[in-house]
Amino acid sequence: MRREAQPIEAIEVPDLLARVGERKAAGDRLIAISCAVVEGVNEITYSFEDRDHAFTNLRITVPPGATIPSTTPVYWGAFVYENEIHDLYGLTVTGINVDYGGHFYMTKVPFPFAAPTPAAAPAKEEKE
Amino acid sequence: MTRQIVIPFGPQHPVLPEPLHLDLVMEDERVVEALPSIGYVHRGLEKLVEKRDYKDFVFIAERICGICSFIHGMTYCQAVEGVMDLPVPPRALYLRTVWSELSRLHSHLLWLGLLADSMGFESLFMQSWRLREHILDDLESTTGNRVIQGACKVGGVRHDVSNEKLGSIVAGLDELRPKLDDLVNVFVRDDSVKHRLGGLGVLTEQQAWELGAVGPVLRASGVSNDIRQIGYAAYDELEFTPVVETGGDCYARTMVRAKELFTSIDLIRQAVEKIPEGPVEMKVTGNPWGEFYARSEQPRGEVVHYVKANGTKNLVRFRVRTPTFTNLPPLLAAMKGLQLADVPVVVLSIDPCIGCAER
Repeated sequence: MRREAQPIEAIEVPDLLARVGERKAAGDRLIAISCAVVEGVNEITYSFEDRDHAFTNLRITVPPGATIPSTTPVYWGAFVYENEIHDLYGLTVTGINVDYGGHFYMTKVPFPFAAPTPAAAPAKEEKE
Repeated sequence: MTRQIVIPFGPQHPVLPEPLHLDLVMEDERVVEALPSIGYVHRGLEKLVEKRDYKDFVFIAERICGICSFIHGMTYCQAVEGVMDLPVPPRALYLRTVWSELSRLHSHLLWLGLLADSMGFESLFMQSWRLREHILDDLESTTGNRVIQGACKVGGVRHDVSNEKLGSIVAGLDELRPKLDDLVNVFVRDDSVKHRLGGLGVLTEQQAWELGAVGPVLRASGVSNDIRQIGYAAYDELEFTPVVETGGDCYARTMVRAKELFTSIDLIRQAVEKIPEGPVEMKVTGNPWGEFYARSEQPRGEVVHYVKANGTKNLVRFRVRTPTFTNLPPLLAAMKGLQLADVPVVVLSIDPCIGCAER
């Protein structure tokens, strides 16, 4: 069994489109955009693969409710990931080519995977 | 100027076993744009990882999909094993490979049957599903279940399979092979199949790659990309060549899946010939810390399981990117210019699994 290398490079949000564009220019395929809440902030990871299966990642870190640029001008099909990130995590993605406006997933609870914010915590206590 | 109208397609439709809605923007009978809507069966399974022990979560991971259940469970285990850097016993890796290929066989036969049914070719549908029963019997006799086998665990597999039983599986597949030949021969040569599928929903090689297509959809457009080539489980010790077609249409996608039946049989034979003796599981102690992306080749294409752990028994994040999810943008591209009557067949050609896609 082989376990593939999976380097993750941390980048800044203003560099995102340029760095993703470099991957497209290099001929990479966008595998996925994933979001995780870690210690109150959102880690958004863009995963790529080249024609030889080399697996690489770019990662940005943003606070809850942040606004990030869409990568759909580079990878047209990224709209599924970016709408998902908006609907589940409450992040705003600007410039999506196909923007569902929060109706990609029809969840009962708005932004169910979002990082808890100071404003949201008391509301939850009141409900309980 | 031709007037445009929007025709809703789904979420309930005869060719869709699961709910997918498409808004088809039409000019006369021609599709000019298609927009998908999902969200009807979003279960939020990924969130459950915060409340379940990471070892028990494999039972939830394999319930993401009823058809690719084994590979979902295996890929989740691979992700946790990657975080913990666990040396999984080789025999367990070979058994995982055998069950993965049996899963591919039964999934492809299921899809071939559904495709035949969508064309109104009922006898071909019944033949496909009749042969699929043989594979399901093998899965049931080795794991206890036809689907959602529950055979994988972090650190190995839950039960061994005797070498005699593995040999009988290969012998059974040898008997099945001529029947599969006959079945595939119909898909390859029958005029009605060719006419219904040829030239429909074409994706060029560049479109398929850049839009993120995976699995048979990508390989049918001429890209030799199969995640088994990265060598997870026992695939690094087995020989195989990805099935690639160049037509990029529904017929090419059908050919890829049909020919992959024989690749799977060859891989099972190789695995049974090479499987080593030894334990099938290892004792797993402690909790994971770190993150790992595990990738596997499901029947529908590449699946990605990502886990992030902080040293407790509950993972911080579990994220699944299923093949159907990433095959949606290529599907939309393939639908432009279609006649309305061809839409169901083209939708079916990506083998959509909405339960998988929404998780």
